[in-house]
Amino acid sequence: MRDHYDVVIVGGGVHGLAAAYYLAKDHGIRDVAVLEKNYIGSGGSGRNTTIIRSNYLTPEGVRFYDESVHLYEKLSWDLNFNLMFSQRGHLTLAHSDSAVRTMRWRAEVNQIQGVDSRLIWPPEIARLCPLLDLSDRPRYPIMAALYHPPGGIIRHDAVVWGYASGADRLGVNIHQMTEVTGIDMQGSRVSGVRTNRGTIKTGCVLNATAGWCTLISDMAGVKLPVTTHPLQACVTEALKPFLDVIVVSGSLHVYVSQSDRGELVMGAAVDPYQSYSLKSTLDFLESTAHHMLELFPSLEDVKILRQWAGICDMTPDYSPIMGFTPVGGFLLDVGWGTYGFKAGPVSGKRMAELIATNKTPVLIAPFSLNRFQEGNMVGEKGAASVGH
Amino acid sequence: MILLPCPNCGSRNLNEFRYGGEVHRRPQKDEDSTAEWIQYIYIRDNKSGFQREWWYHREGCRRWFIVERDTKTQVVRTSYPWTSVDQA
Repeated sequence: MRDHYDVVIVGGGVHGLAAAYYLAKDHGIRDVAVLEKNYIGSGGSGRNTTIIRSNYLTPEGVRFYDESVHLYEKLSWDLNFNLMFSQRGHLTLAHSDSAVRTMRWRAEVNQIQGVDSRLIWPPEIARLCPLLDLSDRPRYPIMAALYHPPGGIIRHDAVVWGYASGADRLGVNIHQMTEVTGIDMQGSRVSGVRTNRGTIKTGCVLNATAGWCTLISDMAGVKLPVTTHPLQACVTEALKPFLDVIVVSGSLHVYVSQSDRGELVMGAAVDPYQSYSLKSTLDFLESTAHHMLELFPSLEDVKILRQWAGICDMTPDYSPIMGFTPVGGFLLDVGWGTYGFKAGPVSGKRMAELIATNKTPVLIAPFSLNRFQEGNMVGEKGAASVGH
Repeated sequence: MILLPCPNCGSRNLNEFRYGGEVHRRPQKDEDSTAEWIQYIYIRDNKSGFQREWWYHREGCRRWFIVERDTKTQVVRTSYPWTSVDQA
């Protein structure tokens, strides 16, 4: 570890590593350190359910996530690393009139932004996903779905490793087991970062620590509108391939896809209270299993293999916070809630552009920290994967 | 944290409760500035460790109360009924 870097990125997940990679590749800024308190990808980047999509609710959100989908489409070639991206289609189910209305709204916004997304009805849902219970047996029968063909899943560890090796090849230093313990200031500017392995002098610090972002921002005296909540997930034993698409039900608080190994990867809503704990709970497992059986009653004998939790930095409007802060040289790429993984490439690319040009790119301008003072929210709750 | 101690009903399953967020001083209608209201509405301490927080026993006494809980370990130190002092 050197005692000076031009840019220090705190957090070795997909966001931090992507920012480092694009700083080096697009802008020739190679004097960059990525500090990770554990191993790379040990936080949300390795704990998510790997879903990638751009069928959001606001035009700002749709444009932003759509650039991410397009970056993901070319990323295996770009990084020369097989990320196993499978654009298998994404179904968001509607179980009520109001949900159908929201899906219709999302489809219209998506189409205006050029995103492939439309409302479909039970006969077409049955063709895409024959095992789904479309009868009137469930308490809330399926009425329609938002179909988003470019949505898919990807190998999340490979994305982390691909960005890390790409950044490393370009000269970026990645320091694992290096925990930031303090941020040094000179007046209202950042002058360095203290770690458990020594002090680094730098004029630019990017906070890309997701669930832990408040703790790092506090060191620089920047207060955030963020609360940290656990988000849990689980996988079943491997089954023969039967589920081509990703199925999401906001009303039932569950989403599921089938991995290449045949396991069903399932997730739910965030836990209903603030916590930094990575322990999983039986409550989550019971409710997820119950809701899955409403959708797929034929899975009743399938066994759960394992479950885990990650922590999410939730914002009031379910959109991220990116850009400058009142502290000079202290930048944010936080507030990623339950939708951070799918945005890794685009936020890395645009935060790198912000650092290199010292200007906020138009694409991420709506997500500034100032929006809470100005009352310009980017309300994405209606397009969060499941109701929170 | 599977059980939460309600000051009125005793230890009950967490599912019976609704979480109400961190305890913060509420700004006064005429005395405090817009900036203080924005702070109150959006900004959170989001502590890793003990914090004072609101809970509501929706399937019990239907009363709001205060809990001191460690957000990292889920250990609850104490819980007590809220008084106007707790809003300060």
